[in-house]
Amino acid sequence: MSGFLQNTFNGLVSGAFYALLALGLAVIFGMLRVVNFAHGAFYMLGAFGAYVLLAEAGVPFWAALVIMPLALGLLGMVLERAVIHRLTRLDPLYNFLLTFGLTLILQDLVKSRYGTQSSPYHTPDELSGSVDFGLFDFPTYRVFILAFTVLLCVAVWWVLGRTRVGMVVRAATERPELTRAFGIDVGKWVTPVFGFGIALAGLAGVLAAPMRAVNPLMGADLIIVVFAVVVIGGLGSIFGSVAAGFGIGLIQAWGEAYLSDFPIVSQTVVFVVMAVVLLWRPAGLFGREEAPA
Amino acid sequence: MRKSVGVAAASAAVLLVAGCGGGGPQSGGDSKLSGDKIVLGVLNDQSGAYSELSGKNSVKAVEMAIADFKAKYGDKAITKDITVETADHQNKPDVANSKAQEMYDRKGVDAILDVPTSSAALKVADVAKEKKKLYFNIGAATTDLTGKSCNKYTFHYAYDTYMLAHGTGTVTTEQVGKNWYILYPNYAFGQDMEKSFSAAITAAGGQVIGKDGAPFPNTSGDYSSFLLKAAAMNPKPQVLGTMQAGAELVNVVKQYNEFKLRDKGIGLAVGLMFISDIHSLTPAALAGTTYTDAWYWNFDQQNRDWADKFQKETGTRPSFAHAANYSAAMQYLEAVQAAGTDDADAVVKKLEGKEVNDLFLRNGKIRAEDHRVIHDAYLAQVKPQAEVSEPWDYVKILKTIPAAEAFRAPSADCKM
Repeated sequence: MSGFLQNTFNGLVSGAFYALLALGLAVIFGMLRVVNFAHGAFYMLGAFGAYVLLAEAGVPFWAALVIMPLALGLLGMVLERAVIHRLTRLDPLYNFLLTFGLTLILQDLVKSRYGTQSSPYHTPDELSGSVDFGLFDFPTYRVFILAFTVLLCVAVWWVLGRTRVGMVVRAATERPELTRAFGIDVGKWVTPVFGFGIALAGLAGVLAAPMRAVNPLMGADLIIVVFAVVVIGGLGSIFGSVAAGFGIGLIQAWGEAYLSDFPIVSQTVVFVVMAVVLLWRPAGLFGREEAPA
Repeated sequence: MRKSVGVAAASAAVLLVAGCGGGGPQSGGDSKLSGDKIVLGVLNDQSGAYSELSGKNSVKAVEMAIADFKAKYGDKAITKDITVETADHQNKPDVANSKAQEMYDRKGVDAILDVPTSSAALKVADVAKEKKKLYFNIGAATTDLTGKSCNKYTFHYAYDTYMLAHGTGTVTTEQVGKNWYILYPNYAFGQDMEKSFSAAITAAGGQVIGKDGAPFPNTSGDYSSFLLKAAAMNPKPQVLGTMQAGAELVNVVKQYNEFKLRDKGIGLAVGLMFISDIHSLTPAALAGTTYTDAWYWNFDQQNRDWADKFQKETGTRPSFAHAANYSAAMQYLEAVQAAGTDDADAVVKKLEGKEVNDLFLRNGKIRAEDHRVIHDAYLAQVKPQAEVSEPWDYVKILKTIPAAEAFRAPSADCKM
């Protein structure tokens, strides 16, 4: 029983990363109709930034947790204004290629400066112990990630559900044409929303630094699963991306724990789920069919 | 091997004929060098996962060997015209195959060095055999290079899965604990390593009470289900043996520490580790971990002096792969000097059976039977942070494993 609970907890922790990344992708896709392939690169920059801040300026984890999302959010906004914005009128494929190119550039810039080996980063001392839950112990840092992510998701949900900004974003995400028809200036929210999505990726990166290998390719490995998560949740569905993020984390953890004798199954389970969901509900679990134009 | 002298003569004749028809710039009689010069080719990963532990700095190491060779022989050197060609095989067997052919055929390369990644390494062995040109493998671990894929022109220089498993598996079983849980990446290298380790552990009186193949590549980066499984096993394993490499190793070790398995009485043994991995994880994360090393820069004064020169060139301390590339280049040049020609068969004859002591090879011998280059290996243990006295000084050598013990006996699978 305690083993099952531990694996469940671990699944939720992995899921927290998927949820943060998928949430950012979902709001960006919703507002801009851009599939941001560079999301993994920003996640990597978040982790690398935390490392560079610590190694070269002695900035601790907690400060990095604030600085990196702000800095990357700003960078995201600049990129949106400078390049992505110019291509949104064209076929979405153009921005897909653009963000793919950005990914390669960002990865190689980091690679040329810091090499391909992983950089060291430690769990902050305050979080390096473990918490006793009676039935089992669990690393404090993982408990922190889970609590932090859940709070963050609740906060995002509150902003989206209860504020005027959130209403516009939701409306523009789910029914962009209709929102414009009501005379709401969707355009002025596009840049901040893009920055916000990128900031979430950067935040996930900082959170990952103490428990994952920090190297230029860390985002490239993860982003494939995150795309599957977004597709399962429903492209552009905000609730769907978070729910699918945690769900996929759980399925992966259970699969690895209980199907480890069948590596073929445990390694492909995410994509099997994706295929089944797509067959059954082509728009994803929580997505809506696009209204015919 | 005796009968191969005849074969050598025959293939030398074939080579001569081929050489005349080849249309290459043949030397004018007095020189015995193809193209009037010696060209070394470094074929390795220059951009991916293995570029840090070998990569471009191995090219530097080879250049250092050339400089030292020229300094040693001065005007008596067979030639002063020695150059290096390099290519990036991206760890892909098909790329390695075509780059190797290009090096031998079009770039005039006399010997290819390095070639990490077992699958790519085996492809290049086939090319060397077909082209009858020399190949010193340094970066790859598979014992097939001196087993069923062995050939007259291929030498396996630095290490292999047997060496790693035998050193770490045996000593850890004797000194740390008999019950092992093995975690390995589920592809050719990991499966090979798991088999080699299981054999070494059983032979040393231990047992493998659990093993799991983790997804490769592990996109989630999470190993906690395996670590928790190991911690919950009954009887409890005393050693967690991880066969992951590079960034995946970093993930495993970070999570091993997170779940505090060492405090729960489960020690850590690592299948393949390079000094750059310890640098990434910091010694604090790995303190007490044992592994087998082929060479360590701070082992003695000779190594240290060379490591200082290397650091001046590259800004970093050398891994064993860098030192082995230097040594292989040097031994090749020495053999050409001794043979008075770069004709592959003549050079092979000079290399086979040679006993060597140099920077990398201690009590080294280039075995004629299977072209395994044997040498002393080392059982290393990562120091606690408090004992690290300077950057990169991360391990202490617990034991020197004598050359004859460190490597397996020539395999019956090898038919030259």
